[in-house]
Amino acid sequence: MAARIGFLAPIVVYLAAFFGYPLVANITMAMREYTAASFYTGEAPFVGLANYAAVLSDPVFGTAMANTAVFTAASLAFQFGIGLALAVFFQRHFPLNGVLRSLLLIPWLLPLVVSGTVWRWIFDQEYGVLNQTLLGLGVIDSAVPWLSSTAMALPSVTVANIWVGIPFNMVILYGGLQSIPAHLYEAAALDGAGPWQRFRHVTWPLLRPVSAVVLMLGLVYTLKVFDVIMVLTQGGPANATQTLTTWSYSLSFGELDFGLGAAVGNLLIIIALVFALFYLRGLRTFGASPARKGR
Amino acid sequence: MPTGHRTHRLRGSSALAAAGLLTLTTACGGGGGGEVTSLTAMDYNLAEPQNGTTKKMLQECGEQAGVEIEREALPRDQLMPQLLQGASQQELPDLMLIDNPDLPQVAATGALLPLDEAGFGTEGFYPSVLRVGTHDDTLYGIAPGVNGLALFTNTAVLDDAGVEPPRTWGELRDAAAELTRGDTKGFAFSAIGHEEGTWTFEPFLWSNGATLTELDSPEAVEALELWSDLVEEGSVSQSVVNWSQADVNDQFLGERAAMMINGSWQLPVLDEQDIDYDVVPLPVPEAGADPATPMGGEVWAIARNGGEREQKAVEVLQCLLSDDNMRQWAELNAYVPAKEDLARALAEENPQMAPFVESVPTARARTAELGEHYPDVSSAIADAIQQALAGSGTAKEALAQAQQSVPDA
Repeated sequence: MAARIGFLAPIVVYLAAFFGYPLVANITMAMREYTAASFYTGEAPFVGLANYAAVLSDPVFGTAMANTAVFTAASLAFQFGIGLALAVFFQRHFPLNGVLRSLLLIPWLLPLVVSGTVWRWIFDQEYGVLNQTLLGLGVIDSAVPWLSSTAMALPSVTVANIWVGIPFNMVILYGGLQSIPAHLYEAAALDGAGPWQRFRHVTWPLLRPVSAVVLMLGLVYTLKVFDVIMVLTQGGPANATQTLTTWSYSLSFGELDFGLGAAVGNLLIIIALVFALFYLRGLRTFGASPARKGR
Repeated sequence: MPTGHRTHRLRGSSALAAAGLLTLTTACGGGGGGEVTSLTAMDYNLAEPQNGTTKKMLQECGEQAGVEIEREALPRDQLMPQLLQGASQQELPDLMLIDNPDLPQVAATGALLPLDEAGFGTEGFYPSVLRVGTHDDTLYGIAPGVNGLALFTNTAVLDDAGVEPPRTWGELRDAAAELTRGDTKGFAFSAIGHEEGTWTFEPFLWSNGATLTELDSPEAVEALELWSDLVEEGSVSQSVVNWSQADVNDQFLGERAAMMINGSWQLPVLDEQDIDYDVVPLPVPEAGADPATPMGGEVWAIARNGGEREQKAVEVLQCLLSDDNMRQWAELNAYVPAKEDLARALAEENPQMAPFVESVPTARARTAELGEHYPDVSSAIADAIQQALAGSGTAKEALAQAQQSVPDA
């Protein structure tokens, strides 16, 4: 028994200190009027749910929610789709397969601030390589304000984030594909299944547990994306790329209203939790499915 | 407010180190009533040569006052959170250098020493400089030097086009259109979504007779329309909504913009490069109208850390603001000295500083109308500017929305 406690104690202490305490502190902070003066006086009057009411009735809230939803959904869909296509592609044997696959990892290895800065150059309205290329090819007549119009900024930022996320999806899905036994494909081929049918009836169902993990992790990463947006647009122009994460930051550290910032942070946690519950439920279903036995 | 905001990365570690140091030094230096032998100081002068000079000045002034000064320099956007954290443990640095619009936030906590009560001599200072250090009619902060905004013009480009530096809004519009050729835009300014954008806009707002408390007034709308028209006419790049003042300076240096609005602290940066430029006061709505620029620059403030520490800190501050140090500080940062006679002497010596010196007596404190509510309203104005410039609403709609963030008087 003592050994068991000794074994558990470090992780319990760690979780309590670095996860439990901040979480509880954030929840209580969101229920107080916590401003710059509160730090010195220690007085942060309890206001119940007033911070949430203020956040929910703020016009920026709707924008930030919609932006977060679009940004997350589009990022996930394209990262996963492109990552899966690349993973399937690299399953085939061809020269330079390994080299190309390693090169595709580069976006993942670069610090986000570096990739963000590079995308800032690419998207630059006047001198960016994207506009220069499109103008040169005659695709567009005049320079597109990728990052400086409220209509284009969110799609542009999302594209940059998709690029960042593709390698992660590809690597994990590629690993998942490797674990599918080759004889299943042979059997399917003998039964007369074409490439699409082999993908649809062999690859896809056997890849489902891996896909679920990739999507879940991707969701959590994307919900909390901060660096890419901060470097590219800082949530602007006019909140066009403001997500819950960047809004929480700007409320807390820009306007120094920590109560409001904490409330937005908590909303973000709740959203992530809802999806985590779906995932856990999904996992139970997979546990019962024959997919696991494939190994 | 000289520096940009894009230093988010290195923060964690330096903040931790700073917090550690701070606790350590106050623990040794403060203590129970004994002789005060050390003081702490905090600022965001991280760039050289300001970094070295700040350190040296603090050290020398500390020696004069018989104390050792432990100085901590942080990235700009880390300073306020760090100060607030210090305040929560009643451990503010004895001396802190704060960007002036942030001062009311700290002063409102009650943690700062009223300098007039402490017997601080303010003779010879510009009254306008003292106003930016004042909160609730009490002087809490004092600037060694101040900065402001002016119009920078590329002499060669203007001469080629036969354009004179504009003095009114009408002339500005014509000149900007005239100077826009090929890859070069006529004009550039920072319209980024935070204080840097707001403060660049304030001279236009104020000189047209608008106030920060009535953002939906016709005068305010007219000022913002000037900006959105410039973008719409193509004389100003729409990318200005993402440009900090440092980015604007780069555009000007790269001859991608023939004119720009920027602050005096860019003078040393420009002088390092091979570019001929001229500095003139910002254009006003009509000839003869009064210019009104916001006053920029940092103020020194002293924490209420107990009698003897406060007294030593006042001594150090008096030394930091001595004529010699003030002159050196101003030259190094390209700031205007806070004392009128020093500023006049500098303007005669260095004509490029003249427009900035000229603007000081009438320069306004950004927080005068709103006090500690200024950051909220500033951020709403920055949003409104972006809405009008990035094409999601008219100036009128954008400012009507911004008006909602103004607290009821």
